[in-house]
Amino acid sequence: MNSVVLALIGIAMIIAGYLLYSKFLAKKVYSLDAGYKTPAHELADGVDYVPTNKYVLWGHHFTSVAGAAPIVGPAIAVIWGWLPALLWVTLGTIFFAGMHDLGALWASNRHKGQSIGTLAGRYIGGHGRNLFLVVIFLVLLMVNAAFAVVISGLLVSTPTAVIPAWGAVIVALLIGQAIYKLKWSLPIVSIVGVVALYALMLLGDAYPIVLPDTIMGLSAGAFWIVVLFIYAGIASLLPVWMLLQPRDYINGLQLFIALGILYTAIIISGPTMVAPAINHNVPDGTPSIIPLLFVTIACGAISGFHGIVASGTTAKQLDKETDARFVGYFGAVGEGLLALGTVIAVSSGFASLAAWEEIYSAFGEGGVGAFVSGGGAIVNQGLGIPEGLSGTILATMAVLFAATTMDTGIRLQRFVVSEMGQIAGIRLKPLAATLIVLVITVGLTFSAGADGSGGMLIWPLFGTTNQILAGLTLSIVAVMLIRKRRPVLPALIPLTFVLVMSVIALVVQMGQFYAAGNWLLLVLDVIILIAAVWVIIEAIGAMNRARRSGPLEDLPEDESADAAASDSATERR
Amino acid sequence: MSRLAAIAEGFREFYYAPYRRTLARAQRDEEDLFMMLVMSEALGVPNPASYYTLELLPIVFENFHSWHRRMGMDRSPLDSISCC
Repeated sequence: MNSVVLALIGIAMIIAGYLLYSKFLAKKVYSLDAGYKTPAHELADGVDYVPTNKYVLWGHHFTSVAGAAPIVGPAIAVIWGWLPALLWVTLGTIFFAGMHDLGALWASNRHKGQSIGTLAGRYIGGHGRNLFLVVIFLVLLMVNAAFAVVISGLLVSTPTAVIPAWGAVIVALLIGQAIYKLKWSLPIVSIVGVVALYALMLLGDAYPIVLPDTIMGLSAGAFWIVVLFIYAGIASLLPVWMLLQPRDYINGLQLFIALGILYTAIIISGPTMVAPAINHNVPDGTPSIIPLLFVTIACGAISGFHGIVASGTTAKQLDKETDARFVGYFGAVGEGLLALGTVIAVSSGFASLAAWEEIYSAFGEGGVGAFVSGGGAIVNQGLGIPEGLSGTILATMAVLFAATTMDTGIRLQRFVVSEMGQIAGIRLKPLAATLIVLVITVGLTFSAGADGSGGMLIWPLFGTTNQILAGLTLSIVAVMLIRKRRPVLPALIPLTFVLVMSVIALVVQMGQFYAAGNWLLLVLDVIILIAAVWVIIEAIGAMNRARRSGPLEDLPEDESADAAASDSATERR
Repeated sequence: MSRLAAIAEGFREFYYAPYRRTLARAQRDEEDLFMMLVMSEALGVPNPASYYTLELLPIVFENFHSWHRRMGMDRSPLDSISCC
């Protein structure tokens, strides 16, 4: 089958979802009101609450939520064939992710831009909030550990990406200096930065850096993991203007360019899908498609992490409530398109079915490496860029995504650890908190052996944890909708689906970890399972209470939330 | 605004918006420290630069109220400044 047809069908479905379904959600479900005074205006302080142009806000929301996950997940999941992955990415984006992201943005916007964690405390109860902290800590832990493995794997398998990946750090440092110290104009800095980044890719393509098999007793992969953690630790301690801000910015620009390159190449070259539509011949040890497909592809179909971003920073910058449709739903569309491009690249970028099967020889083998080699071949056919260089471009894109998420992740986890320290009455300095985070994360990464593969083993757990987070967000949205007597099925169906799939996946994985004697993952799995069951029980209780209480359509949002909280308190007594 | 200026503004927003809060907080912390230095003499902390900081008092006066509230003092700690 020609991949252009599939790409066009996928894009058409997602765009139709935006034009039709998001319109229905905006009007009938969330009743977005252009006249509602958003927190950005009501609480405008020039610091947190700043009304922002909707296109700019979309750019941030999209680049903040798009890490390596919409590439890694689909690139692994096509092992069951491209059709299930394609359907889950498109339908998931339309009915799950868009609904969820828009819902989180709406819920937060109606509560002074409060985070989903705070809203969980209000609508579901104190346990909901505590649970949220546990889940968020685990998600960050998994992201940091897994992304280190993904990046180190890419640096080993694509040695041409080493110079551009590390060179991007220097480019970012120089951009920071140019803007803040030398006061250069930003458009000029942007052009120079992007040109420098692509020049580094040419340089990297000419001079691949291959490390010896062992360095200081470590394999090349393990050595890169250690270096990456040292880098992320330092980056998370530096002032943001010096490295993180310019790095995220240049990475955002690079994302748009690379997506454009990939889709243009697909449309021009029109490669045939060599992977089977449904793979009946899966390698030994591949878990069942149900439920693992739905947790392997998290970002790109539905992801709880989006709710954290939407309610954390995006909601505080929403200029008009009606902008939420574009920023929230279309943000999910952006990520869906990235995942769709990945599915097509890893299913059609190989010469034959045999070559594809060679790459997908075991579960978890394809991954981001398949994206780089498959996507590289397509870019080569479509745009005539040499295969090695196009592979370098895609590898650098994946590395930059994962690395920017990782250094921000280490910083965020440092905050969580400091907060936990405060609760325990210990004052932790940033350096001490960062060291604690690094010890825990490095320990987890090397838990399955000296090659650092522990980080990737927990990837399926990232999916489940992330889906549970999405379930928690959707349950808050559902409670709010029930109280307002609005259509609740658009939230309830995805909520039930993701929670059922996550719980089944957790149980299946628990058996696997027990059989393999992997006690660390078993313990993590049990913690997440308890959290999931807890969410379900609490959420059902909150929804029942909301159903029995009177409609609160006429009350202002805060009063209705307070009324909800006092109702639940009364019922508990 | 010309189209070019609008594009430049768009770039600027795209660069600053995600970190606006972090940078603004850092700036505010720095200003709080500065205010502390200026006010130290009045608060009873010996300050060798008091001659210069005295001249700065009228400049920081307007920000005094929000500063003492951020520092955890609900009411003005100085009799000479009765902002609230």
